[in-house]
Amino acid sequence: MDLLELTAVALGQKIQKKETSAVEATQAVLNQIDKVEGTVHSYVTVDQEGAIKKAKQVQEKIEAGQLTGPLAGVPVAIKDNMCTEGMRTTCSSKILENFVPTYTAEAVLNLEKAGAVIIGKTNMDEFAMGSTTETSAYGITTNPWNKEHVPGGSSGGSCAAVAANECFYALGSDTGGSIRQPSSFCGVTGIKPTYGTVSRYGLIAYGSSLDQIGPVAKDVTDCATILNTIASYDKKDSTSYQRESYDFTKALVDDVKGMKIGIPKGYFGEGLDSEVSNAVMAAAKELEKKGAILEEFDLGLVEYAIPAYYVIADAEASSNLSRFDGVKYGYRAEDYKGLHHMYKKTRSEGFGPEVKRRIMLGSFVLSSGYYDAYYLKALRTKALIKQEFDKAFAKYDMILGPAAPTTAPKVGASLADPIKMYLGDIYTISVNLAGLPGISVPCGMDSKGLPIGLQLIGDCFQENKILQAAYAFEQTRAYKSPFDK
Amino acid sequence: MSKQYETVIGLEVHVELATKTKIFCGCSTEFGGAPNTHTCPVCTGMPGSLPVLNKQVVEYAIAVGLATNCKITQNGKFDRKNYFYPDNPQNYQISQLYLPICRDGHVDIETEEGGKKAIGIHEIHMEEDAGKLVHDEWSGCSLVDFNRSGVPLIEIVSEPDMRSAEEVIAYLEKLRLLIQYLGASDCKLNEGSMRADVNLSVREVGAKKFGTRTEMKNLNSFKAIARAIESEKERQIDLLESGEEVIQETRRWDDVKEYSYAMRSKEDAQDYRYFPDPDLVPIIISDEMIAEIKAKQPEFRDEKMERYEKEYGIPAYDISVITSSKHMADLFEQTVAICNSPKKVSNWLMVETMRLLKEHDMEPEQINFSPENLAKLISLTEANTINSTVAKEVFEQVFAHDIDPEKYVEEHGLKTVNDEGALRSTIEAIVAANPKSVEDYKAGKKKAIGFLVGQTMKEMKGKADPAMVNKILIELLEA
Repeated sequence: MDLLELTAVALGQKIQKKETSAVEATQAVLNQIDKVEGTVHSYVTVDQEGAIKKAKQVQEKIEAGQLTGPLAGVPVAIKDNMCTEGMRTTCSSKILENFVPTYTAEAVLNLEKAGAVIIGKTNMDEFAMGSTTETSAYGITTNPWNKEHVPGGSSGGSCAAVAANECFYALGSDTGGSIRQPSSFCGVTGIKPTYGTVSRYGLIAYGSSLDQIGPVAKDVTDCATILNTIASYDKKDSTSYQRESYDFTKALVDDVKGMKIGIPKGYFGEGLDSEVSNAVMAAAKELEKKGAILEEFDLGLVEYAIPAYYVIADAEASSNLSRFDGVKYGYRAEDYKGLHHMYKKTRSEGFGPEVKRRIMLGSFVLSSGYYDAYYLKALRTKALIKQEFDKAFAKYDMILGPAAPTTAPKVGASLADPIKMYLGDIYTISVNLAGLPGISVPCGMDSKGLPIGLQLIGDCFQENKILQAAYAFEQTRAYKSPFDK
Repeated sequence: MSKQYETVIGLEVHVELATKTKIFCGCSTEFGGAPNTHTCPVCTGMPGSLPVLNKQVVEYAIAVGLATNCKITQNGKFDRKNYFYPDNPQNYQISQLYLPICRDGHVDIETEEGGKKAIGIHEIHMEEDAGKLVHDEWSGCSLVDFNRSGVPLIEIVSEPDMRSAEEVIAYLEKLRLLIQYLGASDCKLNEGSMRADVNLSVREVGAKKFGTRTEMKNLNSFKAIARAIESEKERQIDLLESGEEVIQETRRWDDVKEYSYAMRSKEDAQDYRYFPDPDLVPIIISDEMIAEIKAKQPEFRDEKMERYEKEYGIPAYDISVITSSKHMADLFEQTVAICNSPKKVSNWLMVETMRLLKEHDMEPEQINFSPENLAKLISLTEANTINSTVAKEVFEQVFAHDIDPEKYVEEHGLKTVNDEGALRSTIEAIVAANPKSVEDYKAGKKKAIGFLVGQTMKEMKGKADPAMVNKILIELLEA
């Protein structure tokens, strides 16, 4: 079996057994990047030298018995909105084109301690604003299953890199579906943990109250193992939550007997592609066959999630992104007359159109006279949406639905109509508003040969329930790679 | 001026809190230091960095709130105030708009007529300080020093309850002492650890509605505040008298020119787009925490003054000087506890200490000697081991180097000589050497004895017991 086809955990075991090495695996990944990156373009930055050097150091420690964890020596790709000391971090924006952080994000630090080898930084929608990875200032990423289609977004680079074997796993971030939707489009598995589970320290903020870092990998076992490593209580992040348990791998049991799964009727209405609908319902039936109890129900307020999300996320973004001003780091316009002109020119030239749109929208909803009508109302809506989920989780162990209404759209088909693109987030966004965990696992292919994702949503801190169900479902089908053909 | 006007003043007072570390990161708050040395990713606004609230800031803010009779907000939060300026690394300041930590308080001030007046406190909120811009004239560029960025501040917003510069100064003095007694800040106006912005309007006496107000900034001393108030009051009255209107604006005071100029008007007022900071969690303050802080509150000046009068029986004036500094009051009490001579301790503080402070341009907070050494000095004088001239000389050493007076007197041989035999022979020699003075004395010029006493003290290097010198001289002269 080709080394590249291994899951992260399988590779880790081989490395521990000395059947391969961190250096060999890293070299294999770099060769694969050479081969496919011209088409896929998952990465903004590939650190060839650094990766090989790191792999050698890690291998020495493995051989000395100092690194025995499941991810030691396994090459990883990091979404380019997480700070990496000494390695350029751009958020796929021109405004940070030359920004090299002085420190490393806590989640990445946790991986490094576990012996991860960082290959590079993956492409994304600029500042994580988008659903296609087309708003990147460094070119688009294509879907490894079909280069004419997008990989989804905003963690499109991370998901495409995993699908294209350009790394063994990746970190993504999810503010409104940015891990789950591209995982679905690329046929990989991705989980957004409960808000507060993975430290946000060093994650360049988009919507601070919604952002969460999570793993993207080939299967559920990998995701649980990565989550064990990256999740931690971090005093540097005030919104970090001290959980009772950080053991997610104990959920890897093939058993769903008696699990109550709620299926929101509203998720299967207008706008949902019939092929996606069929694949997701077929997956539900598989779980039923294994003993899960399915029940349809009405989840309230679904239609309010998107407007509430875009008000809150954009309000926070308009403030979060104000630090990119040309004064301290990153891009600064060349010719300017005085301070305010420098600000204006730098930000006009440094940000792309989608980021500008959201900054303007966010500034507007926070303006005096509009704050109550938009921002406060959105916060109240958010609280009500959380209540709807609370009601559902009083009855069900988890909620099942699609991750996205369609499979990956064609390159260039989405940006022209942003409202339509925003509506594509319908199944993922409310999960962030309520702070819940959600996982996307591959559950089929459409007639165009593009992957379909099944989404399972859990109550706060109930990752293990959705991991267990996802694991059980995964046992019913083999992992499909775009290179299988 | 035909009409009678009343001045209405409210104050916004910023106080830098005396925490060791900044409000949202672990960097030192120490003043000075090379530019950008007390900084980290958080206080320089690096991408991805996050704020974590310093608990001590909340405790100090609550302590000040309790001392000013405020209600404490038990479920509060921080908000972002968004504006672009290079001294503000995130381009938003973390402050409190919607739920400030303290509300609805008051402090009592003494009015000129000797009565008491309550000045209302609208709110106290916590916020972070900004960095400092340094304009380099040589290279024509501006640089930013973030050492002050993230230093904790509280802003105390009063109600428009003051009517004169005197009331404003009394209010500020009151706040300063309360906060100094709490140890929450050193409150130095000249160093910027206490800053006051004055909101002022005038109206005809008897009018119900407030006039249009202006806000005055850049006031660095009590004197500047008093001058700015007088000037602004007159400027506004002149405008009204000549039929013009006062424009709501922010003005900057130039204390050298004794003149203020408009910085920005209400029309230019920015929309700060305040919203709750999503990086920080709600500030939940329990009843227990408030009770704990309350229990730790020190005895404030008013209570101290009352107690001193009863307990020590020293004059009211002494009490007011000593209690004008918490440090001096502590020193007083500790010294009295050792030597049990309140009036003598008070005298040393009131006279010699104050004189030396003034001479060295120091604040009472900078007094550096121990109560033990002042008590020893007092014991030495009470036992007549040293005379008062020597005592002053020794005290200067205590003040400057906190020396042990007993050792010092011993080592420098400063003990008073009261061996009558030894003194008598010295005096006999002086009498013999100054026949003119003896003659004068005998001729009735009794003052001539002063010269002979002086000569004796000089000969004895100041260590003679003056009473004994007098006694022997009179014996010899009248023999």
